[in-house]
Amino acid sequence: MANTTATTAPARKAKPGTGAVAISGRRRRYNVLTRRDKILLALMVGIPLALDIILIWGPTVASIFFSFTNWDGIGGIEAKNIVGLKNYQFMFTGYTLFWPAFTHNVIWLLWLTFVATPLGMLFAVLLDRDIRGSRIYQSVFYLPVVLSLVVIGFIWELQYFPTDGFINNALGLVKSGHIIDWLGDSRINLYAILGAASWRHIGYIMILYLAGLKSVDPSLREAARVDGATEVQTFFNVVFPVMAPINVVIVVITAIESLRAFDIAFIINQGKNGLELLSILITNNSISEASLVGFGSAIAVVLLLISLVPIVTFLTRVMRTSQ
Amino acid sequence: MGDSREAKRVGNRLQARSLTLPYVEQELALDLGLTRRDVLKIAGYGSLAAFLAACGSTSSGSSGITATGGTMSLGSYASDPGSKAGVQAIVDAFKAANGGTKVNINTVDHGTFQNQITSYLQGTPQDVFTWFSGHRMRFFADKGLATPIDDVWDAVKSNYTAGFAASVKGNDGHAYAVPTDYYPWAVFYRKDLWSAKGYQVPTNWDAFKALCEKMKKDGLTPIAFADKDGWPAQGTFDILNLRLNGYDFHVNLLTGANGQKWTDPKVTAVFKKWSEITQYYSPGFKGLTWEQGADQLLRKQAGMYLLGLFVGDEFKASGSQADLDQLDFFAFPDLGTSFDAEKALDAPIDVYMVTKKSPTLSSDLGQAKAFMEFVSKGSTQVTFWKNAPGSIPTANDADTSQYPALTKKAVEIVSKAQKITQYFDRDSRPDFSGPNGMQGFLLSFLSNPSGDQTGLQKQMQTFWDSLPPE
Repeated sequence: MANTTATTAPARKAKPGTGAVAISGRRRRYNVLTRRDKILLALMVGIPLALDIILIWGPTVASIFFSFTNWDGIGGIEAKNIVGLKNYQFMFTGYTLFWPAFTHNVIWLLWLTFVATPLGMLFAVLLDRDIRGSRIYQSVFYLPVVLSLVVIGFIWELQYFPTDGFINNALGLVKSGHIIDWLGDSRINLYAILGAASWRHIGYIMILYLAGLKSVDPSLREAARVDGATEVQTFFNVVFPVMAPINVVIVVITAIESLRAFDIAFIINQGKNGLELLSILITNNSISEASLVGFGSAIAVVLLLISLVPIVTFLTRVMRTSQ
Repeated sequence: MGDSREAKRVGNRLQARSLTLPYVEQELALDLGLTRRDVLKIAGYGSLAAFLAACGSTSSGSSGITATGGTMSLGSYASDPGSKAGVQAIVDAFKAANGGTKVNINTVDHGTFQNQITSYLQGTPQDVFTWFSGHRMRFFADKGLATPIDDVWDAVKSNYTAGFAASVKGNDGHAYAVPTDYYPWAVFYRKDLWSAKGYQVPTNWDAFKALCEKMKKDGLTPIAFADKDGWPAQGTFDILNLRLNGYDFHVNLLTGANGQKWTDPKVTAVFKKWSEITQYYSPGFKGLTWEQGADQLLRKQAGMYLLGLFVGDEFKASGSQADLDQLDFFAFPDLGTSFDAEKALDAPIDVYMVTKKSPTLSSDLGQAKAFMEFVSKGSTQVTFWKNAPGSIPTANDADTSQYPALTKKAVEIVSKAQKITQYFDRDSRPDFSGPNGMQGFLLSFLSNPSGDQTGLQKQMQTFWDSLPPE
């Protein structure tokens, strides 16, 4: 194609001002793009790049800078605002909420990885077997994914409220006077909202995995069956390895989901009393009335560094598969 | 320079395709076919009007600082239906009384307004904004984000008591606000439930605890308590600290003034006292909202509830007028200290303030000041109160004859108080009082009220020390 253009449209190429046209024959094929093409390409790459730099990398670099200051968001940053590593030092040694929040993020990650994600995969495998009403089950499990997290938070608040909530009333705990304070007891409220988060996460994973399962070559399964493998053996020894790319995507999505966990905990109680999460500490410190922009940014930088691990894994995987 | 600003202003209005002429109470639909000459003419008219307004400011208005007609803007956190209607009503009245001044109201959800206040005041705020008295007012005054209004305050201060006069002063001694309404915190109860059970209002701590015990035996939750949102518990801390350790200690503690530390044994004493009544609280209170606590009182499941006068709003919303008529309150019982005599209580005051960075303020300052003067009038505040009865007018000349008994009593309890505080989160810095600060610390305390609190107090002080200088 490129060669055809080069040979059949010499007139276009010869237009004046097209730039460095054809000094030698070898370089000729690099200049098959017309000026218009080049502008178009520059725009197509340049606009997203500019937006990316302005909206993502700009603030990221700014956050890293802010994290070395005690700026309160008012007025300019002066020399006296720069406090070096003080924010980090306090975060790791003095701030009583950092390690609980970090632990909660880790618990969130472990829960999603070992409970919610496997459940979602199990549902996908079950629904892949063309059982009756498969479509209905799919819709039911997928529905929470469509709902806004604000709505999910509200729905689960109604379930968990101590005296008015569905769960305590259904279990007869309100009548017997042994109320379980699902949202207020700091030992259990994290797991209570993990239940709500899983409700959504399971459906998400299920649909992703189901799509992957549908694309597995059926002849592989038939071959396994002919060789006398059981259903379980077939899945773990044949289907699961074939699904490797999807598995990685799912692991990375799970990791990212647990790092950016925010909404439900924030809706329930603004992330205090056992529901502290890194993302919430950032919000409460830097963009609330508190205006501790410097300290909030330091937490954000730590979260960024942690997030880079799954993000880089994901990107390398995506780039490798697309090559 | 003034002209170019006027031209820009007119230019902006042109985009809106209609133009409001100062002094002329009508909108001109703009013909899209305007010539450049026309636009300049209008711009010229606009600057002339601004010039007239500037001249007029010395001759018109009762105090010589205000301007009539023109426009001004108002940023309002009055987002719930009652207070929103109240603000609209006073704005309408202002328009009628001030030569047709056009007021653009920007109403923002209350919580959002509060959270975004820092960026709001630094960006392009409206001329006048709704805010709170106390530390939060002084903070923004110190930061130069509010305009001092000493001239307005001097003109209206005769309409206020000394307590309110103190509430508008910044750290620099200038007046920054006009107080418009307030609501006291007290212990609320239902009259019908109490007379049926024969309960008496307790005046001291032992009587209070004895009453709790009696209510418990009667199968009631003695004290409704609901702290899911974190701030309600601060009301109990405030009143216990005020009664046990006095107003001065409380203020020093909350602002860190005079080297006051959270590790002080006097703070331990507050938690000790508090732990004596936590057993009477609503089950599962850490998962309940204040509205759910109010519902327990409304449905006669709970006997008492320490909350602000706004508890009546929930009675009105979930119950009937008959329920509201049964609502009564008493002042928090004495604790047998020398500070009982102060009768101090939380009575947060809501104020109006003038911003600094409003792009329109230079032309609207006269109107803004006229508005500030207008909201200081008792008649204006009563108009607002009729729409939002959960708060009480502040002006001396407010017509109190229409107040129901509950409101009258609320006025009385505040007037008896020698010291008034604004509530924990308005008296202290917000980063300290917020969800990851004191709200969380108090929830930790409430998880284990009878334990040793010195470790927790140390955490509070460490957190305080870590905060950057304000």
